[in-house]
Amino acid sequence: MESIVTNPLPNSNSDRVRRKKKKKTSAAAATATLKTNQQRQNQNQSNNHTRWKSEAQQQIYSSKLIQALSQVNLNGNHSSPSAPRRGRAVREAADRALAVAAKGRTRWSRAILTSRVKLKFRKEKRQRSGSVSAATVTGVTGRNRSRKQRFSVLKLKAKSVQRKVKVLGRLVPGCRKQPLPVILEEATDYIAALEMQVRAMSALADLLSGSGSATSSSPPTSQ
Amino acid sequence: MSSRGLRSRQSSGVSRIRDDQITDLVSKLQLLIPQLRRGRSHKVSASKVLQETRNYIRSLHREVEDLSHRLSELLASTDIDNDQAAIIRSLLM
Repeated sequence: MESIVTNPLPNSNSDRVRRKKKKKTSAAAATATLKTNQQRQNQNQSNNHTRWKSEAQQQIYSSKLIQALSQVNLNGNHSSPSAPRRGRAVREAADRALAVAAKGRTRWSRAILTSRVKLKFRKEKRQRSGSVSAATVTGVTGRNRSRKQRFSVLKLKAKSVQRKVKVLGRLVPGCRKQPLPVILEEATDYIAALEMQVRAMSALADLLSGSGSATSSSPPTSQ
Repeated sequence: MSSRGLRSRQSSGVSRIRDDQITDLVSKLQLLIPQLRRGRSHKVSASKVLQETRNYIRSLHREVEDLSHRLSELLASTDIDNDQAAIIRSLLM
């Protein structure tokens, strides 16, 4: 009975009003959650950046790092490995743990993990699929650029900028042959991740050096 | 930016999207780099941002190298076993 009273018309008005209300509340809720979730404009980017800055992420990484380090045989039962090799082993373990912490969402993390296992064909497959779409885009813009030379717009596409981005691509793992926007995106995430790595490793080093009883008894570095 | 007016005159919508995208990414990069963050928002060229990015990544790499070396020396005296690893982990939390 109540439903009949409140819904005189089966179709539009009340339904529309109700739908509008539903839309409003859901939209309001959505914007509210968006505001709480994102701190900057781009959603994906900000999630990545704030992720690396969070305490939780650093703790996850630290525990992964400690696990990895306990597996790296630094003491060497047969022969004590040289100092640079030990350092490199630690570095590789730290990088691998960082790549695992990235959960495979970024190219640089996948590149670190696959380079270890030497599955190069997998890397090439991803690069090929990614570069096809980018190649068509660059083809179109290249044609337009030659016809209409607008200097200030092309500042971003200037050869010096492109060269610098390529150089940057060599620093970020897995980005040697990637197009411009990909390299920039990977670099932003990579920097945030590296900063966290530095924070975690220095915390660990401080902890270990603080609790180390006799610092003078550390073995001399073999040269 | 005056380039926006020029951009709208371009026939290709694809290049417009890419320019915006690239400017956006470069400005985001600029925010991450400590040397460029001090209030100079629009005065830094893309080329400068990229240069500073490269320097910053290299300095981060060097820090990681030094820390790895330091950690390897700290850990060389004794390997960590599972119990010690758990203790260290709890101390870091």
